[in-house]
Amino acid sequence: MDWNLIGIWIAAFLTLSIYSVLYQDNPFYRFAEHLFVGVSVGYGIVLSIYQGLIPFAWKPFEAAVTGESFIGFIKLIPICIGLLFFARLSPRHTWLIRYPIAILIGFGSGIAIPNVLRANIFEQTRGTIEPFADIYAGTLTGWGIFEAILMVVGVVCTLTYFFFSVEHRGPVKWLSKVGIAFLMIGFGSAFGNTVMGRVALLIQRVDFLLGDWLNIIS
Amino acid sequence: MKRQVPLALCFVFGIAMIFTRFSPHSVSQWIYEEVISWVLIIGPFALVLATVTLIQTHTTRIRRRTEHWQYSLVVFAGLTIMVVIGIRFGPQDSIFEWLYNNVQLPMDATMFSLLAFFIASAAYRAFRARTFEASLLLLTAVVVMMGNVPMGDFIWNTIMSWSPWADKVSEARQWILDNPNLSARRGIILGVSLGVISQSIRIILGIERSYLGGGD
Repeated sequence: MDWNLIGIWIAAFLTLSIYSVLYQDNPFYRFAEHLFVGVSVGYGIVLSIYQGLIPFAWKPFEAAVTGESFIGFIKLIPICIGLLFFARLSPRHTWLIRYPIAILIGFGSGIAIPNVLRANIFEQTRGTIEPFADIYAGTLTGWGIFEAILMVVGVVCTLTYFFFSVEHRGPVKWLSKVGIAFLMIGFGSAFGNTVMGRVALLIQRVDFLLGDWLNIIS
Repeated sequence: MKRQVPLALCFVFGIAMIFTRFSPHSVSQWIYEEVISWVLIIGPFALVLATVTLIQTHTTRIRRRTEHWQYSLVVFAGLTIMVVIGIRFGPQDSIFEWLYNNVQLPMDATMFSLLAFFIASAAYRAFRARTFEASLLLLTAVVVMMGNVPMGDFIWNTIMSWSPWADKVSEARQWILDNPNLSARRGIILGVSLGVISQSIRIILGIERSYLGGGD
């Protein structure tokens, strides 16, 4: 049995089933949609077990049980904390779910502060003002100087638009209006890139249907 | 016990992650790596709980015979097949990979490609160059889309052959992405980052407690 061929036919059937919703909602689309939910959740569970639980919990714990490294017993703590998620299923003990959630939230908040500071604030600010060092050194052309000034103007005006601590009147109003123009350009670029990304996926699916499945194009 | 301990845990883990990030000491680095491994262990349990909730929802649909309840069986079939094969043989197994490549991947790509149709339809209805800002958004989107594909180049060159901007759409797209687009993005990133930091501090210090939910 040629499993590759069967796979191509199944993939083609599911692709056409999903595209059939463009006409109207129908049983084929609903079948594919529900299958997609089930398969995706199943895939996520398998990956999280094999990339999270087994290497970080099971293997160290197994090593501790066999006497290789007793430090693996410490993994019992996060396992027990993780099991507290299931307290959600018992109305009397629902409050216990706060423990693992608090740990995950605390971890996320703690790790966000230094990372966001470094990557999003220091680096972005550096990237914005760095060309001025080149202007000072005299290595930037007239167009480069214009681009450097445009960058600073864009960043300042965009931030002004989001600055609600002062009323947007007078110069602040005009700065925020320029900020809106920059934002529109940003949203237009994001929209254009998103459309082209989706169209690329569409082309890839059509290429699959016409090439791999029907063999109309090579 | 019900609220104070979670607040204390949140504070301890938050502060630990901040300080260990700035300290190169070996003990600090061990704590940092250990906490990350703890989170990687705790995280999958949340996914399992989410799956239990999904199963409960679909079981209820089947039991009550609500409209289209038969499709809930399809959810169970997909979930069971992937989990049983994946856990029994591992994600590197050929059957699991076959299921991923021929069932999940095509549906994933097709679902996302559907957005091309919905975006086109939404854009047709929403994109009216009524104001200066709307025109700017429309013009930028057109230039970026045309600069992305050879066909766009061809259309642009045909229309703009009389102007000095012929053959320039790819350069125009790149310039827009590297300059005005980047400055707007930087403004947004800086604003969002300041918001993330202030919210994180509020959470760690226990000022923001909405994640604890209501009740005692």
